[in-house]
Amino acid sequence: MAITQAKAKKARYRLKDLKAWIPAMLLLSPSVILLAIFVYGFIGITFSISLNEQKGSGAEGTFIGFDNYVALLDDQRFHIDIWNTALFSAVFIGVSLALGLGLAILLDQKFKGEGFFRTVYLFPMAISFIVSGVIWRWLMNPATGDRTTGLNLLFENVGLGFLVNEWHLTPTWGMAAIALPAIWQMSGYTMALFLAGLRSIPDEVKEAARMDGASEFSIYWRIILPMISPVALSAIVILGHISLKVFDLIIAVAGKQLILDVPSIYMWSTTYDAYNFGRGATLAVYILVSVAVFVVPYLILTNRKEKR
Amino acid sequence: MGNSKIMTLGNGCPIRKVYKYMAISKKKRLSVVAAAAALALVFTGCAATEGDSEGAAQVEVFSWWTGGGEAAGLEALVAEFNKVYPDIEFVNAAVAGGAGTNAKAVLETRLSAGDAPDSFQGHAGAELMDYITAGRLEDLTFLYDSEGWKDVMPATLLPLITVDGKIYSVPVNIHRANVMWNNPTVLADNGIEVPTTWDEFFTAADTLKAAGVTPLALGEQWTQLHLFETVLLGALGTDAYNGLWDGTTDWGSADVMEAIDVFGKLLTYTNDDAASLSWQDAAQLVIDGDAAFNIMGDWAEGYFRSDLGLVENEGYGWSPTPGSVGTFQFLSDSFTLPVGAKNRDSAISWLKVAGSAAGQDAFNIKKGSIPARNDADKSIYPIYLQSAMDDWGSNKIAGSLTHGVTASNAWKAEIDTAMALYVVDGDADAFQAALVTAAEAQ
Repeated sequence: MAITQAKAKKARYRLKDLKAWIPAMLLLSPSVILLAIFVYGFIGITFSISLNEQKGSGAEGTFIGFDNYVALLDDQRFHIDIWNTALFSAVFIGVSLALGLGLAILLDQKFKGEGFFRTVYLFPMAISFIVSGVIWRWLMNPATGDRTTGLNLLFENVGLGFLVNEWHLTPTWGMAAIALPAIWQMSGYTMALFLAGLRSIPDEVKEAARMDGASEFSIYWRIILPMISPVALSAIVILGHISLKVFDLIIAVAGKQLILDVPSIYMWSTTYDAYNFGRGATLAVYILVSVAVFVVPYLILTNRKEKR
Repeated sequence: MGNSKIMTLGNGCPIRKVYKYMAISKKKRLSVVAAAAALALVFTGCAATEGDSEGAAQVEVFSWWTGGGEAAGLEALVAEFNKVYPDIEFVNAAVAGGAGTNAKAVLETRLSAGDAPDSFQGHAGAELMDYITAGRLEDLTFLYDSEGWKDVMPATLLPLITVDGKIYSVPVNIHRANVMWNNPTVLADNGIEVPTTWDEFFTAADTLKAAGVTPLALGEQWTQLHLFETVLLGALGTDAYNGLWDGTTDWGSADVMEAIDVFGKLLTYTNDDAASLSWQDAAQLVIDGDAAFNIMGDWAEGYFRSDLGLVENEGYGWSPTPGSVGTFQFLSDSFTLPVGAKNRDSAISWLKVAGSAAGQDAFNIKKGSIPARNDADKSIYPIYLQSAMDDWGSNKIAGSLTHGVTASNAWKAEIDTAMALYVVDGDADAFQAALVTAAEAQ
């Protein structure tokens, strides 16, 4: 008797599930269909183009397998791209995290005017990369002599002449300067993420630690930082995918030039300036894979946590 | 499904009505179904109502002329078009972005989607080859016959835009690429004559450098490629330079290496912020007296005269680039007729005006270039353009690489990358090897 009751209950649940499931599915279906076509479908098309040698406006492709992928690995320009992206990502993510965490800890001290500073730090994020890129193009102007302007002029006038440098035109290390505008824009956002994380830690935990005689430093180092490490992971994923896809900022600061080339600019110029669609698609797939390396483990991790 | 009410929602995209409908019957499960269907209808409805207003004849012309003298030139040409064909509406489909950097991407997307404009702008010469081999352009030889253009377009130009005996575009103007602009005051102050060879140039450059003046103003990467092509022309001579593009001159030769060496040496005489300057910024250095020379196409003259209000031979002077005296390195903007143009007849009318003497005079005075036709009224043009017209008529002709005459887009991109790598690492042998590889791939 108990068994049949349980069975009936289960059946009722199933029916209920189904009733809830159908409308949900119908509501979702337009976006599912659109996503299937315009995201996954097009990823598929891009991948299939990348397996072809396809050059010229409207030209047909000939299948060459993974030759495009192999050829790019031997391409000097692609080597520069990888170095530039790695340098940009390291500086951008590293400094943004450090600055964001520092600002968040300062703002977490619960002082007057906190809301004002929070807005001030978050504000640059509202500006598009194109706009700030144009401003920073002037700030980082490397002209010398009478034509010195921007930050270099500022350094000279306040007696910090030794800081004057070529900024983004510095050979090999120029990308680090391009990271400056990006840091300026995104560290406030990182701060907001960390601040939310800090606020979610109950005061009792900190108080208990204080009762046990822990110093403020070790409270942060041993208790708070480990507790907000998931926030740090989210921040790395968000900043990481921005840095791997960076395009507009570089175009605004320097245009299409080899010294500041990244895969996305190479993809654009080889596709639309040179009509080499096979190589362009290959670069697109490389960018997608590099972003996926960041994002997919994160998604799997959060998915598992939610299931638990 | 009871959504007959919703079926009528297609027109005018009444999203609010849909929301309202959803709210009223919130509790009914079926309404969700209906709402989903309605949303889909709204999407399709919105797309369907955006139809073209058919009936009136129109011509949609695609270009990247959106600012300065270029836009003024296009406007003047359109005014002339409206005078001749008052019944045809001109639709300007211009996409902003210097040298067509954005426009080309938009154009490629439209052509691939079968949504070709009625006519689009393209540099005459090899740059159009991609479109021609893909069968995207109509042969316009019939227009040359009916309009008598074969007699008025220069015999030196026609072979450069002819493919297998067919002509695919109508050139509206000629620009000169191998011009070296100078600041007459700076030259006089330092006792310098305008150099005609690279050796003379370097002698003058040392004097200028010692006096604290930048000898050669240079801008971002594409202006460096522009400089390189004029150096190639000067070092190889006109015939050998032209031979580079049809395979009769060897890219691996010692002459090409000499050009690379001159180019590399030139880079040491330029401003240190080249990569952060546009071509206007670089030209401005000469005008301000910070630099003595700048090598740029003659659109710079329009910038000096119209935008900066300078006087010829006082505010700026000009000469052919060193080693290229007696050669006119040209580029030409032209209009085409894409296969599948929706208003083919209107497009042909447009091309007739673009190729007419009145159209070319109207356009070129504003744009700051010389007409492609050789029967224009010279007296109405400013001093520089008159001298350019004389040279165009009497000089040897060579095509520009940077501006799409001599090499296909793919080839040009390879050369551009190779040159940029050389600017970064200074490896001349690798540069020449890359040039040879790029030429072999064609």
